[in-house]
Amino acid sequence: MADLHCSIDADGVALLTLDVAGKSANVVTDSMRIALADAVERIAADPAIRGAVITSAKNDFMAGGDINAMIAFFDTLTDEQQVYREISRPFTEVLRRLETCGKPFAAAINGAAMGGGLELALACHWRVAADDPKVLMGLPEVGIGLMPGAGGSQRLPRLIGIQKAVPLMLQGRPQTAKQALDLGIIHAVVLPPDLLSAAKHWVLQGDAVQPWDRKDFKFPGGAAFQRAEIGGFFNLAATSAAGTTQRNQPAPVTLLSAVARGSVVPMDAALRIESRLFTQLLMNPVARNTMRTMFASKGACDKLARRPKNVAPLAIKSVGVIGAGLMGMGIAQVSAQAGATVVVIDASQAQAEAAKQRLADGFAKQIEKGRMKADQADAILAKIEAASDYARLGDCDIVVEAVFEDRKLKREVFARARAAMRLDAILASNTSSLPISSLAEGVAAPERFIGLHFFSPVDRMALVEVIRGHATSDATLAQALDYIKLLRKTPIIVNDSQGFFTTRVISVYLSEAMGMLTEGLAPALIDNAARQAGFPVGPLALIDDLTIELGYHASCQYRSDAGAAWVEPYGFRVQAKFCEELGRKGRRYGSGFYDYVDGRRVAWKGLSEVYPPQAGPPAVEAIKSRLLYIQALEAARAFEEGVISDPGEGDVGAVLGIGFPGYTGGPFSLIDTVGIAAFVAACEHLADRHGERYRPSAWLRARAARGEAFYRRAAAA
Amino acid sequence: MTDAYIYDHVRTPRGRGRSSGSLHEVPPIELITQVLQALQQRNALDTSRVDDVVLGVVQPVGEQGCDIARTAALYAGWDHGVPGIQINRFCSSGLDAVNLAAAQVMSGQAQLVVGGGVESMSRVAMGADGGGAWGSDPIVTYNTYFAPQGIGADLIATRWGYSRQDLDRYAHASQQRASRAWSEARFARSVLAVKDELGFTLLDRDEHIRAEATLADLAVLKPAFTLMGEKGGYDAIALQRYPDVFAIDHLHTAGNSSGIVDGAAGVLVGSREIGEQLGLKPRARIRAFASVGSEPTIMMTGPQPATEKALRNAGMSVADIDLFELNEAFASVVLRYMEALAIPHERINVNGGAIAMGHPLGATGAMILGTVLDELERSGKGTALATLCVGQGMGCATIIERI
Repeated sequence: MADLHCSIDADGVALLTLDVAGKSANVVTDSMRIALADAVERIAADPAIRGAVITSAKNDFMAGGDINAMIAFFDTLTDEQQVYREISRPFTEVLRRLETCGKPFAAAINGAAMGGGLELALACHWRVAADDPKVLMGLPEVGIGLMPGAGGSQRLPRLIGIQKAVPLMLQGRPQTAKQALDLGIIHAVVLPPDLLSAAKHWVLQGDAVQPWDRKDFKFPGGAAFQRAEIGGFFNLAATSAAGTTQRNQPAPVTLLSAVARGSVVPMDAALRIESRLFTQLLMNPVARNTMRTMFASKGACDKLARRPKNVAPLAIKSVGVIGAGLMGMGIAQVSAQAGATVVVIDASQAQAEAAKQRLADGFAKQIEKGRMKADQADAILAKIEAASDYARLGDCDIVVEAVFEDRKLKREVFARARAAMRLDAILASNTSSLPISSLAEGVAAPERFIGLHFFSPVDRMALVEVIRGHATSDATLAQALDYIKLLRKTPIIVNDSQGFFTTRVISVYLSEAMGMLTEGLAPALIDNAARQAGFPVGPLALIDDLTIELGYHASCQYRSDAGAAWVEPYGFRVQAKFCEELGRKGRRYGSGFYDYVDGRRVAWKGLSEVYPPQAGPPAVEAIKSRLLYIQALEAARAFEEGVISDPGEGDVGAVLGIGFPGYTGGPFSLIDTVGIAAFVAACEHLADRHGERYRPSAWLRARAARGEAFYRRAAAA
Repeated sequence: MTDAYIYDHVRTPRGRGRSSGSLHEVPPIELITQVLQALQQRNALDTSRVDDVVLGVVQPVGEQGCDIARTAALYAGWDHGVPGIQINRFCSSGLDAVNLAAAQVMSGQAQLVVGGGVESMSRVAMGADGGGAWGSDPIVTYNTYFAPQGIGADLIATRWGYSRQDLDRYAHASQQRASRAWSEARFARSVLAVKDELGFTLLDRDEHIRAEATLADLAVLKPAFTLMGEKGGYDAIALQRYPDVFAIDHLHTAGNSSGIVDGAAGVLVGSREIGEQLGLKPRARIRAFASVGSEPTIMMTGPQPATEKALRNAGMSVADIDLFELNEAFASVVLRYMEALAIPHERINVNGGAIAMGHPLGATGAMILGTVLDELERSGKGTALATLCVGQGMGCATIIERI
């Protein structure tokens, strides 16, 4: 059999070796499932076979479901009962047959057993893992909008108790072999060479009945509805799920439901409950959108799928950073972490040294909290040189400018940097909004100039917007992408425009939220609605934290740049009122949209005199859709203008860069999920009601009329 | 429709609902049985004439389970022909029991029914039933926006702007009123001393009252629901339901919330005809009653619509009611009710309430109805309305008229 090799040794122990054809990792495919089912029947029927060991020929034991296949077939899922029968049940039934066929099965876990891989192991009567760092076990399905669908949500709680199993499945954190042994997920850990013999040894004397199929089975720690403590646990877990997901992601609570309701019935019924709930999650667009953006599209970005071909990779050994502020030091840190030597230039040697010291102090705090090791910190700091002399940039392969968003200052910096740099080295600007092509004007070697928009805090934010100016060459783009890959960050490629992609999208969101104040909507309502829509922080609280002044200055700068073409953003007058008239410029100044009392944010009572409150019940749903749609509309405009050329990249950028709600999959997925025609109709309605900024362009209307989604539908299977 | 009359009301004193409480050593079956026996003795009742015993119990499990109403009738030595039914609508169970007793009489299907309730909170603690699907089945908890009562109480205070001082002032008045009522023996007609097997009195006073408590004493108590709201995640649920609220102010304490106590109560309800036959004198007529559902996360705003519905049923208005009795589950519940219906403090809970004397869940409704009837008689007033806020967002109200 192609996907599963079967051999039988002299003792009558079958060795089943997973090796799914055409895949780098073992995933659950139809042919693999059928092969396993056939093997189980053969083992059950043949009296000469005493039992079986399941292992893998690949580096991993088994990686679980085939996510790409699931994304592709999502569009073909229409009938719940059919999906239940054809997708949710078959593998579950094979595993149930395996554990009840009367012959002992042992899992010899040689590598990562994630998702369906661990579920296969859990269906075996005994599990042994190799003492090897590559052995990791986990059930991470909730993270992609699903839940374990092959018995995992039922077997793991019966093995280790509900209170230990649920966090493992909600958080999906992989466990090492040792951790899995301590938790009771596996029975033994042995040295890698002893793995198969240990498993075989067990099979020869093993018991072919799972604990939960015994008459005297007692649910460890108690089942749901039987102990008040477990009831309280589920109450808190469901409450927490409702709060943290804001009810936008069905997976966590659905998993809880499967565990609770499954825990009080026999395994066969429990598996039916799991399959039904899994089916519902699988058919929910949240799962598809999450998988497509966070797995498929992000994976493509990480693999540099759109890197210009035929450009030799650039080995980046030396990085220069100009501007030792928070962003600059963050870029220096991640570059050093990636193994490059780094020169950080600031206006004076003392300023540069002080910045490095601040970084060291930050590390010291991390070390104190046990989040970092001293030798790691020392290694990073040893690679970073603080300097003020631009001549130190002479050896750099790439130099990233991270000074204030001031054209004149940047121009000076570029000239001095270029004078010191090798001509073939790349000069990048970390500007978050100034068009790259205009910044490149007058700079030597404009083809080696590019925008690299990092996000703050650099060490934690995965996204980098790579902005290609008019003069940027393919080679520069390709090699800048190589640099981002070296940093283990996720690049999206964006064409030049004011605000690029992410800044442009978040700007309309923040502007809309501020403008809503003029309609008499309360800040608490706007911010709570935004949180309900899935944004991590309310926009007004966020602006207060960044200061209202910061955005006001950016708006004013843009107004003078744009000249006659300037269109007043919806929130501009609010910015002006708070900065110019009210003197409430943001939290740092003591007050903004909110008041601050002893460091606590509280409502500002005076606001109702500035903007009289709107009467009537709080229109939370309307605010939620406005905050989401205004951004999706801006994303569509960026697509129309060619700023972003791939909806997947746009979605990855919005979710990773500006906290666009992950459950939507991003602004393009959101439009597709709503349906482009329905989305356009809703925006027309919003435009009539709230202003022309909601008016869809002729291009988008035409696209909607054709029913042309941003993502191509997968061909019907 | 037959009129239903209240012929008698008996309650135990309320013992502190903890292991040091005076009634902790008394099983709930003994508490309710002494109440039934008192009703029998005080009215020289031929128990074969009793058509039903309806009892509220909020934790009907363990020794309070298994239809304690029938068990109590049997154990009290009542005629075997008297059936019993245990009901549960959380905090209004005791009043619902009286309403259901009245409903049987009004419909002509019964002549004489006992409505009442029992709760030994020290022995069968809140949550002993596991919280049911509402509290422990995760998808149900999630979809119904579950939050415990304390969160709702603090949300009421936040939404309508009641300060900690407002709540404490109300609580202080409850203590003062309850202790005055005791010192003037205003509960004498109804309170039955609980006796042990040898006839010694175990408790003859509500022992939860803190007559000496000052506003300053109340002010030092720590808010009780901050941790639950913030760390337990229930504040987030409340904000999902009330997105115009910026944050929940946690203001309720053990001092301005109802006390956890043990107790039992019974109300003898019957037609005029049976009263005449048995030589009983009616004390009040039950004019109307109503139950409603209200938004469940804030949970305790039901008394207002329940009151309005009962008033509609009676063809009356707020102005027609001389005395109101709203169970003091939390101070904010009463303050909101007074504000919403424009009821002055002088007309409500005039002898204190559960903040001072405690709230034995299943029994409270029957207790407060009896308390307000005693007060009508003492003060010579005519009409009263008893009401309670109820878990999962409900309310219950009953209007009586003194004979």
